[in-house]
Amino acid sequence: MNLALTDEQKLIRDTAKDMLRKDGARRLRRLRDAAPDARFSRELWAEMGELGWLGLTIPEAHGGAGLGLAELALVLEELGRGLGPEPVGAALLLGAGAIDAAGSEAQKARFLPRLATGEALATLAWQEGPHRPAPGIPCMTVAEAQPGGGYRLTGEKREVVAGANADVLIVSARVGGDPEPRLFLVEAGATGLTREALDRVDAHPVARVALAGVEVGEDAALPGVAALGGVLDRATIGLAAEMLGGMAAALEMTLAWLRERRQFGVPIGSFQALQHRAARAFVELELTRSVVMAAARTADQAGVPAKALAQAASLAKARASDAFALIADEAVQMHGGIGMTDEHDVGLYLKRARVAAQSYGDAAWHRDRWARLAGY
Amino acid sequence: MSRVDLDAFRADTRAWLEDNAPASLRGRPGDMFHGTWGGRRGDFESDDHRVWLERMAARGWTAPTWPAEYGGGGLSRKEAAVLAEELKRLKLPAPLIGFGLVMIGPTLLQFGTEAQKRQHLPGIIKGEIRWCQGYSEPGSGSDLASLQTSAVRDGEQYVINGQKIWTSYAEKSDWIFCLVRTDPGARKQEGISFILVDMASPGVTTKPIKLISGASPFCEVFFDDVRAEARDVIGGVNAGWTVAKALLQHERTMVGEVFARSVLGGQQELLALARAAGLGPPEGSLEAPLVRDRIAQSAMDERAFMLTVQRLQDNARAGQPPGPESSILKVYGTELNQRRRQLAVEIAGADGLGWSGDAYDDGALGLTRDWLRSRGNTIEGGTSEIQLNIIAKRVLGLPDAGGAA
Ligand SMILES: Cc1cc2nc3c(=O)[nH]c(=O)nc-3n(C[C@H](O)[C@H](O)[C@H](O)COP(=O)(O)OP(=O)(O)OC[C@H]3O[C@@H](n4cnc5c(N)ncnc54)[C@H](O)[C@@H]3O)c2cc1C
Repeated sequence: MNLALTDEQKLIRDTAKDMLRKDGARRLRRLRDAAPDARFSRELWAEMGELGWLGLTIPEAHGGAGLGLAELALVLEELGRGLGPEPVGAALLLGAGAIDAAGSEAQKARFLPRLATGEALATLAWQEGPHRPAPGIPCMTVAEAQPGGGYRLTGEKREVVAGANADVLIVSARVGGDPEPRLFLVEAGATGLTREALDRVDAHPVARVALAGVEVGEDAALPGVAALGGVLDRATIGLAAEMLGGMAAALEMTLAWLRERRQFGVPIGSFQALQHRAARAFVELELTRSVVMAAARTADQAGVPAKALAQAASLAKARASDAFALIADEAVQMHGGIGMTDEHDVGLYLKRARVAAQSYGDAAWHRDRWARLAGY
Repeated sequence: MSRVDLDAFRADTRAWLEDNAPASLRGRPGDMFHGTWGGRRGDFESDDHRVWLERMAARGWTAPTWPAEYGGGGLSRKEAAVLAEELKRLKLPAPLIGFGLVMIGPTLLQFGTEAQKRQHLPGIIKGEIRWCQGYSEPGSGSDLASLQTSAVRDGEQYVINGQKIWTSYAEKSDWIFCLVRTDPGARKQEGISFILVDMASPGVTTKPIKLISGASPFCEVFFDDVRAEARDVIGGVNAGWTVAKALLQHERTMVGEVFARSVLGGQQELLALARAAGLGPPEGSLEAPLVRDRIAQSAMDERAFMLTVQRLQDNARAGQPPGPESSILKVYGTELNQRRRQLAVEIAGADGLGWSGDAYDDGALGLTRDWLRSRGNTIEGGTSEIQLNIIAKRVLGLPDAGGAA
């Protein structure tokens, strides 16, 4: 595994830097002012599709660029740096990711090309409680096989990224006594499907989804079994990459303030009490970068065992959660009063850090899983 | 006072509270930020809140230990402690909160002339005048002594020009206690005066600044040829720095204590959140050992902190104002509150991420906002870094690196 960027990867990063990083906070503030269910711009999404961002990890055969998570991670990092609220990670790694991992050839051919262009948006509805449950806790949403074929889905999902805006929801549901849930395609207009957009502290688009006996055809079931874990692990790594960008930006913003702000006749950055904390934040950032890069490369290895992927994802997410929270807290503190104002962007990083830390399992969840996988 | 007298005082107090505390307020203890602020424009949460203030103020029990001649309760520390216990027994909110009671009032008692005390204390005790604190300026936060707002003497008045910032609740306050430069030629700490200004004076304007928690309780305050009375200078012209520091010590003691005290019962709050989030049965041991450990840690830190508060109080001679040790309370109390708010949102999981809307209940939304607001605790009233500097230099006597405070 090589943890240095290739020339191609540098090019992707630099392009993303120019196009996605700048302006993100402004886009986020605009969304924040909009109603929760209007926190997604179709036009911008289509534009991003045209520029190729939305097909990055979709196979070439289905209209994408066929690149890996290592490349997408660079894009997500830039998006995270700029506070960009677009659900790129969820769309590619959860939505397209689930179809790619568990879908039939027909399902892939039907959906992936439209997702790659940004013509359609897909997401995954899997979470049911306020926390990611410990491994082995069954999914409560059920899919009853219908006598005449097809399924009837009943249950509630929450924290569904872009759930109110997606054209296709992939819903995890348990069939009969199966221990592992299966994944089902549910299209936006389905009868019995209700979606409530949430106003969450980070202002990113997210929704609760209720399925009251939603009937789907036989062809809505993704044939792949036991796919959810891997899909979530890849999305977790993507989120960790976004978080890496967020913490890097919060630290840079703070370093600039430490140089600029003067008290007692000197820049506050000359106080050792602050220098050491900035230095420690930087150390945490560097370690986070290593685990995020390693996780993305692990995910890209052909035929990677599920356990290795899970370990890599947990390593990245546990550290990213703690490091982002630390750096965001420190960033606000070292800004002083101005850091507590809504007008300053540093608070937006604090808010995003909190939501991200809580998503796909918090640090404790991932440490617990790490220990289980290691057999203790 | 003998034990017997104290017991009699307790019995009387209990009886009076049973008769006079509005039933609707029982079981609703507030905290530093949730309560009746009073003031000319005071809006009461309910009519019972107004009645509660009036009845308590009539006895001086809004400021139980202040001398009765200014309208205070004239209680001894022991009696005041009994009153606090009895209020707690009925879970009653403080009848009045605000910076008058905890900042400018104690400072006036310490530094004010007889005339100043007579003029300003009764309005504080009755909740008629709401105060705000005009210390920080855009260029002077931690380095407060570098402040630039100027006050120039003109007969029996001062003419004030300049700007304050981060002034909590300025737009709702009636008076401001302000640090101003009265001698631009002197060493920075020596040219400062502490002056009281009526916010209704011509030339005072305020502009609210929104906090990350969404509320906008702090403001910019602009002074444009504002006239204030020379008799409202506290502690003497150019001697304001001493007054300012003493007030900060009151503030820091209060902030530390109040934040920590709002933690009291924190164990119960956190446990209830954990049970609601499915981390344990309705009663008995929590299933999540990690969460259990962190709740216990928070509860034990809180206990250790309150014991420290008590020990400092017991050590101090009755009535002795707080010294640099107040920084210990400020640092630890505020960080304790932050850790608890953080733990609360973590326990709530996705239920602790809401900003607004029907999808979240009010309790859940409060968790998010309180967590965000708590990040300011280690900044307001002098940052943690400044408190640690004070402890290192003034309490531990460590040498100066040369340079800053
Ligand atoms: C919610 C809130 C309410 C407030 N209410 C009021 C109010 O009512 N009235 C009022 O006057 N003010 C109020 N303040 C202002 C508050 O007192 C100041 O924000 C605080 O003193 C810090 O000043 P500053 O914001 O200028 O930060 P700065 O002084 O610029 O500090 C920036 C960072 O540098 C650090 N730093 C500075 N000097 C040193 C040093 N020597 N060594 C190590 N680190 C250092 C600080 O600790 C901080 O982390 C409030 C602030 C907040 C957040």
